Amino acid sequence: MEINTKINIAGVILKNPVMTASGTFGSGMEYAEFVDLNGLGAVVTKGVANVPWEGNPTPRIQETYGGMLNAIGLQNPGIDVFIQRDIPFLKQFDTKIIVNVCGRSIADYVEVAEKLGDQPVDLLEINVSCPNVSHGGIAFGQNPDNLFEITKEIKAKAKQPIIMKLSPNVTDIAEMAKAAEAAGSDALSLINTITGMKIDIHKRTFALANKTGGLSGPAIKPIAVRMVYQAAKAVQIPIIGMGGIANGEDAVEFMLAGASAVAVGAMNFVNPYTTQEVAAGIVEYMKRYNIADINEIIGTVC
Amino acid sequence: MESKKKEQAVVISQQQVAEGIYDMWIETSLAAQARAGQFISVYTQDKSALLPRPISICETDKEKGELRIVYRVAGKGTKEFSNYQKGSRIDILGVLGNGFPIAAADKKHALLIGGGIGIPPMLQLAKELGNAASRDIVVGYRNQELFLAEELAKYAAVHIATDDGSAGIKGTVMEAIAAQQLTADVIFACGPMPMLRAVKAYAQKQGISAYISLEERMACGVGACLGCVVKTREIDHHSHVKNARICTDGPVYFAQDVEI
Repeated sequence: MEINTKINIAGVILKNPVMTASGTFGSGMEYAEFVDLNGLGAVVTKGVANVPWEGNPTPRIQETYGGMLNAIGLQNPGIDVFIQRDIPFLKQFDTKIIVNVCGRSIADYVEVAEKLGDQPVDLLEINVSCPNVSHGGIAFGQNPDNLFEITKEIKAKAKQPIIMKLSPNVTDIAEMAKAAEAAGSDALSLINTITGMKIDIHKRTFALANKTGGLSGPAIKPIAVRMVYQAAKAVQIPIIGMGGIANGEDAVEFMLAGASAVAVGAMNFVNPYTTQEVAAGIVEYMKRYNIADINEIIGTVC
Repeated sequence: MESKKKEQAVVISQQQVAEGIYDMWIETSLAAQARAGQFISVYTQDKSALLPRPISICETDKEKGELRIVYRVAGKGTKEFSNYQKGSRIDILGVLGNGFPIAAADKKHALLIGGGIGIPPMLQLAKELGNAASRDIVVGYRNQELFLAEELAKYAAVHIATDDGSAGIKGTVMEAIAAQQLTADVIFACGPMPMLRAVKAYAQKQGISAYISLEERMACGVGACLGCVVKTREIDHHSHVKNARICTDGPVYFAQDVEI
């Protein structure tokens, strides 16, 4: 049986629906030792800002039941180093490049988007949902008016199609999805991490130096599936679903809920081969149920 | 070039060597390339505990393809490991980290300082230093449960400090160094942060080169997540900020290069 796993995100054709969740895969260098990056639909990079960011103090990581908290704080080397080093690295591979963009102000985001304008980058993912930085980030992603405003500003300046990455830390995800779509976002990705906290009962202090962190991993998957479903119902633009995906079955679940593509995040840390196993698992599912084209299943549970 | 991989290892033996301290030999292809000061990440079978546990390499037997870890039970992951027996299969990721710079000790007198669960890497380090460097080993324990001390004594004079005074001198490794009037051209150390800070200060004052092994909460273990960073004196070559990744740029650092 001829099988088609190609999917289309804003006119960019990915060989399969599997990508990496921003911040869990660097720019692919560290995981290229484990995974053939040519086998991925796209690599989504760690968030990059206009200037280098130091990130938060340590501890930045804590394990939780079936998940983990992180409060990295978007440490990154800045867009200039990124363009010199990370993009040429990724260009060696036959995979799409999605750069995650972060900032403290709209001007920061726009500066990064403009610098990427003439770069061989396929899509921009706009991080307006990081819970671990005090300025920017989530401040733009928790209010529909702010989200509309920043989306419009970036869309006006960006050369590549943009994907707004939405926060789950909102009351109504459908309202946020609609705001981003109305402002011109070409696609959406969700969910970013859920704000959480862990307390060290022996030291009687916060387990993370930042006090709060973003919860990810299999523990959040049902929340993510629900939100992808709600967002998919609300908008026409494609959705990239993520949140605890560990295997092909999880990926299919997100696609049935309405995602056109999926991203693997925390599970990269648990098993560095997860991305390629998810891609293989999707094909296995298609064969089992005689699905010729993966696009056939998107959003079919509705 | 050596490469990192995840593989299934088999437990050869395990025994408890002190309260909460376990000594495990495993059979793994990673033994062939493991060096002193490097570590492996060990995965739990309990799938509610997702992240692998970074554990330093205590000793390797390259010919047999065996690797030894000596670790403290600190939570549910290491508690699970302590129940493994001969024949148990465990998933590991390795070999990770940079290891101690053996060449820095060439034809010099080295001081190997280990505190508590920082003692195990000193065994492989003492072996690898071989005839290249003369040395003293200083180790700090909580009490008279002197795990690894006899084995370390095969490679150098071992000076012991204990918190409760039940063996060696009562006090810290730094107090043992002072009491024994030990000197060195180069220091290698692994242990709790207060000890490492004292080692760094001592080395700076004495004008001795010191290499210290750090630990931090880790997620990926391979340099991607930026979870386990240490503040650095200069801008780091990879991060372009004053932060270096302990799992890949470390865990061993030239003491004056890091802000601890």
